[in-house]
Amino acid sequence: MSEPIAFSAATEAKIAELLGRYPRKQGALIPTLYLAQDEFGWLKPEVLQLVADRLELTLSAVLATAMFYTMLHKKPVGRFHVQICTNISCYLLGSDALMEIAQQALGIAPGESTPDGVFTLESVQCLCACDRAPTLQINKEDHFKVTPSELKALLETLKTEGVKLGPPVGWLAEQHHAHAAHA
Amino acid sequence: MSTKPTAYTPHPMEKRVLLRDHLGVDFTRLENYIAHGGFKMWTKAQEMGRDAVLAEVKASGLRGRGGAGFPTGMKWSFLPKDERPRYLVVNADEGEPGTFKDRYFLELDPFRQLEGILIAAYTINAHVSYIYIRGEYWNSKAVTEDAIAQLYKAGWLGKNIQGSGFDLDVYMQTGAGAYICGEETALIESIEGKPGMPRLKPPFPANIGVFGMPTIVNNTETLSAVPVILEMGGEAWAALGTPKNGGTKLVGVAGHVKTPGLFEVPMGASMRDVIYTLGGGITDDREILAIIPGGSSCPFLKGDEIDVAMDFDGLKPVGSMLGTACITVMAEGLTDLLGVMQRVTAFYQHESCGQCTPCRQGTGWLKAIADKMDAGLGEDEHIDLLISACTQIEGNTICAHGEAAAWPIRSIATKFRPQLEAAIRQRATAHGYVAKPAA
Repeated sequence: MSEPIAFSAATEAKIAELLGRYPRKQGALIPTLYLAQDEFGWLKPEVLQLVADRLELTLSAVLATAMFYTMLHKKPVGRFHVQICTNISCYLLGSDALMEIAQQALGIAPGESTPDGVFTLESVQCLCACDRAPTLQINKEDHFKVTPSELKALLETLKTEGVKLGPPVGWLAEQHHAHAAHA
Repeated sequence: MSTKPTAYTPHPMEKRVLLRDHLGVDFTRLENYIAHGGFKMWTKAQEMGRDAVLAEVKASGLRGRGGAGFPTGMKWSFLPKDERPRYLVVNADEGEPGTFKDRYFLELDPFRQLEGILIAAYTINAHVSYIYIRGEYWNSKAVTEDAIAQLYKAGWLGKNIQGSGFDLDVYMQTGAGAYICGEETALIESIEGKPGMPRLKPPFPANIGVFGMPTIVNNTETLSAVPVILEMGGEAWAALGTPKNGGTKLVGVAGHVKTPGLFEVPMGASMRDVIYTLGGGITDDREILAIIPGGSSCPFLKGDEIDVAMDFDGLKPVGSMLGTACITVMAEGLTDLLGVMQRVTAFYQHESCGQCTPCRQGTGWLKAIADKMDAGLGEDEHIDLLISACTQIEGNTICAHGEAAAWPIRSIATKFRPQLEAAIRQRATAHGYVAKPAA
């Protein structure tokens, strides 16, 4: 098994602040899961247990919530999380072509990550910027009115950056873990 | 990321009392907000007192801008007269496909909503407010968090706000990628840290809401209108719109139009004018194949059904609803309606919370049938199967997600049957199957 894990002092301080916002500790669960994900990359089983212990909740309560929400990652996510909107307005204005380009450029299908941990590609539901369709989101940044050539150039830039930065926190070890968990 | 403020002249058809991005001022800074008259209505509310503020909001006829159109003043007055703590919850979980209106306030004018929160919390006597912002709205969350911090620093939040004796804490809560959390009881569950599964009503949130306490849930646009209503007076606000539909409404136009964007019109504005004048008309001057009036939960309309008033009652004659009033336009010759239908079914299937069997299974069937058609294996009778599945979903679920999934599909299957049948044959041919001849 892996070594025991703990929150950093900075995360601990944030959790303590969060707990003051709710009359019940479970209120702080989703924000705490976000903090845990920021710190450990994704919500591996030990992280869920750590959150459960910290908030004095059962593991099943933490798991039920973590499983429900797509933005809480139950498997590792690459350094650049490319999410292309494929809902109506973007579909009408060419999102399928963008998805095709991303798949070709990255060599992966939606829902997959590149083995080097640089990219994860996904389709995302309506990002609600339909007047600026087609849209996509890379990590926390929105991109509006994206053209195929812009996307190609953007992915090339990120590829170069990704090689320099390397995979996100604990990617190589965690990737093995994710496969083991699926097996 | 955030749109830089730019100055321009709104079209004369617009009536702007909420939107002010055309002023070219950065309203994410508290000093700019105050310099343009911000927080004067908080002071006025203090002078008026709770009952008078409530009376003014009731007189305005303001109806909930999340899409349901429930009268806001009436909602506020449903709180039980007991000593339990009350909560004000702000629904900023904008996620209805086709919609992009609350994003404006959250990113460009956050203090208008926050002043509305202060006034509303004072009026209902709540001392804690949670703003629930959609998880994917990273920029909105950053702007709102910063705005809240600016208010605390300047004594506009916390204990004894500006010497009024009134205390209010506002916390930003973030969603995590679940559309269903826009439903108010699912949103409440989510704030409590649980999966966003809607609750049975009654009890209504006004009695048993977040953490079991009396709770008012209002949409971002609704609360942003409150300071404006106090400024102009409830009756003047009501007079801007049509009977029973007071005020102005943010409307969006997107899809196959020449000038997509967000606009503000008096309630009851002509949908045709919104599309052709504000939206600049249809791409390549084509004909309209279909439109969605206010988010994909609304039944689709045909191109000849757009001579309607955009208010909460005006779309009943054409069997649809105002919803979020953000219109999606689909042009003849540019739209693959079967493809659109497949996206709609996939969305509602993905976002069903799964607790009610008719919705969990029914949305899966809708998607399975649409997928089959899309893959070239459809037959005309599958259209009847879609309608049958819709009938078995709607009215049989805890929340309105069932109707939201069924109504648009029923409208496509009934109003656009010839187009669907043609698409079924086109797909079969394209995939190399032999299409059944038309019946």
